[in-house]
Amino acid sequence: MSTLAHVFEAEGIATIALGSIRKQIESSAPPRGLWCDFPLGRPLGKPGDPEFQHRVLDAAFSLLNATEPILVEFDESIPDRGDTVLTCPLPPRHDPDAHPAIDEARGLLPAYVRGVKMSDGRFSAGRVVAADDIPAAIEAFIRVSGGTPWAEAGIPGLPMRVSHDIRSYYETAALAMVDHAPAAWASTRWFLDQTETGKVMMAARQAMQDQDAPQPMWFYLTPGDR
Amino acid sequence: MGVHQSATASFALMADSDIKTLTEALPGESFEVTAFTTPPPLADATVAVVTTASLHHPDQDDFEVMDTGYRVLDDSRRDYVTGHWSPNFDGSGFAYDMNTVFPVDRLDELADRGVIGRVADQHLAYAGNQFDLSAIRMDSGPAGAKFLRNQGVDVVLLTPV
Repeated sequence: MSTLAHVFEAEGIATIALGSIRKQIESSAPPRGLWCDFPLGRPLGKPGDPEFQHRVLDAAFSLLNATEPILVEFDESIPDRGDTVLTCPLPPRHDPDAHPAIDEARGLLPAYVRGVKMSDGRFSAGRVVAADDIPAAIEAFIRVSGGTPWAEAGIPGLPMRVSHDIRSYYETAALAMVDHAPAAWASTRWFLDQTETGKVMMAARQAMQDQDAPQPMWFYLTPGDR
Repeated sequence: MGVHQSATASFALMADSDIKTLTEALPGESFEVTAFTTPPPLADATVAVVTTASLHHPDQDDFEVMDTGYRVLDDSRRDYVTGHWSPNFDGSGFAYDMNTVFPVDRLDELADRGVIGRVADQHLAYAGNQFDLSAIRMDSGPAGAKFLRNQGVDVVLLTPV
């Protein structure tokens, strides 16, 4: 992003770059930078909080008064200690013959549809796997976790992209089941650690690593610290 | 399934800071000279948002992995979706409130109050998760800047994801 700041300034446009990673914004040194210690994915800090967002913008636009390159730290941090998980009940078992993850995903479809409507589809599934096909995509990862070679398991696209749609499906469904903006990463942790499909994805990731799949194929199935 | 609050887990899971640590050392482009443009007074300036969150309208091409191009986002529309191919960001904030990443509603409010001159009719989105930034530096970056200059944009707010 700082590259764009340098380029745009050279073309005669004044810029203010918001940065979430201190070392990155320090090393890339945009002409006017505001380091905001906010979670990745939330450069304005707090969803649904216009007053807070305006505070960030006020701080950003104040940098236009500078007469030389400047980097400033926003005066409030939003720490994430990795311990907040969304509390969100999962649908009861409906089809005892189905794998628990498949049954779960099917049961979440109504919530997913509501979540898409609430969020205008901003983070929805369907980029490579349509919502109706999410259970089939999960089935492929179940096969991988059970020992089927990953390239022969019927994953309907690049594993990273398919897993992105599966995660988005779950997190969009979760959005419809809570009445507030989730804390950063809370719905991701809920998905990975508390749902049957999350367990499948973690197991499939490990299986792919054990199968010596190319690193990008398994590594990007989940956030990088997993 | 009804209303539910977040809970604090008693076990250690991933933390945002861990993911930042994984990415903070990625090399960027270095610039020997820092260009620095003095804008007109903010109250007279036209302001655009340029985001690296890979936003696009649903009827535009999604971003490919390593896509160094940009998408033009109409300010008059509000149907922005993310095309960011990375598991390493929280998507729920943007899903709940687009202004968490792309604060065009906030800019409208600033324009109504006369704090900024006007909001640009069009904004831009790039894909931020690039390992090689040379194409953006040499090609799509200058092209996007010229596009916005031709729209009369004076100030750009850059937002990551």
